[in-house]
Amino acid sequence: MTVDPVTLATIIAMGLVTWLTRIAGTFLAGRLVLEGRAKAAFDAIPPVVLMAVVAPTVFATGIAETLAALVTAVAATRLPLLATILVGVVSVVILRAIV
Amino acid sequence: MTETRPSARADALAGVRAILPVAIAAVPIAALFGALAVAKGLSVLETTLMSLIVFAGGAQFAAVEIWSWPVPVFALVASTLLINSRHVLMGISLAPKLRGFSRRQILGGFYFLTDESWSLAEARALHHPVTPAFWFAVSTVLPFAWVSATFLGAIAGTLLGDPARFGADFAFTALFVGLIAGFWKVRNRDILLARKLPAAGRSLIPILASGIVAAIVYVLAGPPWHVLAGALAGIVGAYIAAPALPKDAAS
Repeated sequence: MTVDPVTLATIIAMGLVTWLTRIAGTFLAGRLVLEGRAKAAFDAIPPVVLMAVVAPTVFATGIAETLAALVTAVAATRLPLLATILVGVVSVVILRAIV
Repeated sequence: MTETRPSARADALAGVRAILPVAIAAVPIAALFGALAVAKGLSVLETTLMSLIVFAGGAQFAAVEIWSWPVPVFALVASTLLINSRHVLMGISLAPKLRGFSRRQILGGFYFLTDESWSLAEARALHHPVTPAFWFAVSTVLPFAWVSATFLGAIAGTLLGDPARFGADFAFTALFVGLIAGFWKVRNRDILLARKLPAAGRSLIPILASGIVAAIVYVLAGPPWHVLAGALAGIVGAYIAAPALPKDAAS
């Protein structure tokens, strides 16, 4: 049950920027109108950031991880989130054993 | 009938009813977050504080994935800001549908803004104004479930040990792949329904651009730079891949 000061400060900074994103829209309502390419670029931010976070595991760790990510991606188009995670974990265990 | 609007009590009940299934579904995800965060080396208390203070699933999972020592503070805050930037648009959309909020209720109440509470409030706004009673009912049940399940998952994680033994280290990747697919499906619902294959292929460009650039930067420069480089490549990719508006084309 320890708290490192740098870790705590980082968590507070993360919380602060998150809260700012949450209230910013209520000030901007009616003032900022994004459309066309600018809106597409803004809409793309959450999935592309998540993709960048997993890229080392998906593309630069091993063939088992790359294949398991592909299996998971296919599963994700059909299954709910928890089932998708289960498919991913089971497939990586099997693939690590055979490749 | 003297009342033309549902009472605060009815609003609050409607809010609780709407959020309850979401809160139940969040429990295993939060427990997984807790277990993976302690496996990464965060303490149980630090992990629980992150769920309480940040309270944003995608950004929290991303933070634990890129967490290392010494703590890459800038990369963590930047990644959090980028992932949560979508809240800005949710706030813009939701703000005009609120009724009876004081400025303080907005500043405090929007701490609870999540993908889930936002979509429930938008659905409510189709036939009712969104009142403080509805909003606070919708939004306070979820953090209770999220924070307490994080704590229990973190305790369980300290008992289970190395997550790689069960392939649980891959749970992050699988979760993110699932979230990415979810964003992609929602954004491209019309394309997928119409079975427009070229457009569906084009909608993958930002995600592929981000993944490939991030992997290359990860190999060449190492973490945490791959997150920013990949995100930037994906945003530029989305800008280029999107069809230009007629006025864009003319200028």
